[in-house]
Amino acid sequence: MKSGSNLERILESGHFAVCAEAGPPKGSSPKVIQKKGGPLKSCCDAVNVTDNQTAIVRMSSISGCVLLKELGLEPVLQMVVRDRNRLALQSDLLGAAALGIRNVLCLSGDHQKFGNHPTAKGVYDIDSIQFLQMVKTMRDEHKFINGEDISGDVPFFIGAAANPFADPFEFRVTRLAKKINAGADFIQTQGIFDVAKFVEWMKMVRDRGLHERTHILAGLIPMKSVGMARYMRNNVPGLSVPKVLVDRMADSKDPKEEGVKICVEAIEQLTDVEGVHGVHVMAVAWEDIVPRIVEEAGLMPRPVV
Amino acid sequence: MIVGERKPFDEIVGFVRDCKKILIAGCNECVTVCCAGGKKEVGILSSALKMAFSKEGKDLEVKEVTLERQCDPEYVQQLSEYYDQYDAIVSMACGVGVQELAMSYQDKLVFPALNTNFMGASQGQGVWEERCQGCGACVLGRTGGLCPIARCAKSLLNGPCGGSMNGKCEISKDVDCVWQLIIDRLTGLNQLQMLEDIFPVKDWSCAGHGGPRKVVREDLKS
Amino acid sequence: MRLTYPDSIRIIRLPCTGKIDVIHMMEAFRKGADGVYVAGCLEGECHYLAGNLRAKKKVEYTRKLLDEIGIEGERIEMYGIAASDGPRFAEVAKEMHEKIMDLGPSPVKRVVRKGVPS
Repeated sequence: MKSGSNLERILESGHFAVCAEAGPPKGSSPKVIQKKGGPLKSCCDAVNVTDNQTAIVRMSSISGCVLLKELGLEPVLQMVVRDRNRLALQSDLLGAAALGIRNVLCLSGDHQKFGNHPTAKGVYDIDSIQFLQMVKTMRDEHKFINGEDISGDVPFFIGAAANPFADPFEFRVTRLAKKINAGADFIQTQGIFDVAKFVEWMKMVRDRGLHERTHILAGLIPMKSVGMARYMRNNVPGLSVPKVLVDRMADSKDPKEEGVKICVEAIEQLTDVEGVHGVHVMAVAWEDIVPRIVEEAGLMPRPVV
Repeated sequence: MIVGERKPFDEIVGFVRDCKKILIAGCNECVTVCCAGGKKEVGILSSALKMAFSKEGKDLEVKEVTLERQCDPEYVQQLSEYYDQYDAIVSMACGVGVQELAMSYQDKLVFPALNTNFMGASQGQGVWEERCQGCGACVLGRTGGLCPIARCAKSLLNGPCGGSMNGKCEISKDVDCVWQLIIDRLTGLNQLQMLEDIFPVKDWSCAGHGGPRKVVREDLKS
Repeated sequence: MRLTYPDSIRIIRLPCTGKIDVIHMMEAFRKGADGVYVAGCLEGECHYLAGNLRAKKKVEYTRKLLDEIGIEGERIEMYGIAASDGPRFAEVAKEMHEKIMDLGPSPVKRVVRKGVPS
């Protein structure tokens, strides 16, 4: 075991993993994250805590992780290179390890331009692939990025993101390979709406044998309304929402119900795709729907490993 | 001017190792003035590369050309008649020139021979110092005409940090503390009160942190 | 004085060593010279004040460049010799000649001699 985390145990023992996401609040109250974590406890193997998601300042990801841990959930610490240079990243990783956090997801982060501090300096001292390499070196060789020794263990199960829907499409698999070579033990993908395109991408992934070298968790975003569907289709770069799904949401008398249905259908299709080892449900501001989705997708109860 | 310096020779050789004929393109602007990529340096690089090749028992044909500017399409176009006779173009311009060549000649490999260092000024023969980072929102009007963004190691906007000693920056005895210079200058001008107010948080979006920048002058556009 | 110096040496005259440039020394090597030395006035004796000092720096720069290319930097040298000092001129010529003979042909030329086109 690299980290001994629950997520690692689930995946390494060949179970189909379920992850969810909980975003910390724009404030200091621990209650928000505790409330989000509550319903996720029994239906997920691990919960991602976002790091200043969409470049909007929120409570730190590490504190969110600790709050979830106290409730008995297993957190995945998301970290972006937008806000921290290599010194800060490494020191936060040591802190996270000390606090018992065992999963980390290494990301570039949305550009600060899109957030609530658009005039901020973006750090981007290292990129997400270099970040993965750094965490792996810290874990496996007990060394900082400068080659100096680290005292103690840094046992992280290392994750990365992949977006099968961004351009240039052909290079996306190369980038995934680079992330795996850099150290990604698991991958969480961008939200999948266009299952056909994802399947095409997965074929390219399998052609290079990458599915055997990492655990790919397919990302899902349950849609709450037709407005959300339209917004994601038209305004979110790197998301591919087919028109047919927007129409389904528009035509439905109960869009929330339709959103759940679409999500569950997608999970059912994705579980059959060779090389997909789990799902990652990102129910932004709708965390309490996750248990139902997981239940209806036939993924309950969660295995105890 | 934009200041650059030649890359390590091995790196340049590595780029063109498999070429038989190359075009080395100098630039007659900034890099000529800072003696990094003008006509003279093109000649020296050409000679050096040919020697490195003959040492390996290989032949290298070099066409030497120095354009008036590599940052203007009308000069870049001057290579269009013969560039295709060469296996690669080695640009001795700043990074701007390299890219203009690369964008203009899509079917040709283009390599940089220089590292582009900074926007700076000559401090006597053979010495250049950084002066401007092109932050897109000039602060010089509030800092006595000397730039703390480009010349303070921490880009501090409200005075020197605790590492300023005897007019030097803590990072090196060879680097002046620009805040010392600013304070000295404003003291001489009897304007030190300018530094009393807290300099507000800077907008870095126009400094490149908001993405690649562009200037459009509608009145000049063709 | 009728002093002799090695006939391997070819003299290129300059109005002042300050006139020499890196490219001249580079091209000498490229065209087959095994060694190059610049004989200037004694330091402090330049008629143009600093010509020989500039030449010295250019020789240093060229030496570094030769090393980068993989040609022994010792093949290039700067000497200060008073214009009136014939014996010293002959001595330096001999010294340089011997040094180059010890180093052997320049790596550029070694290949040329094998019949590879230059």
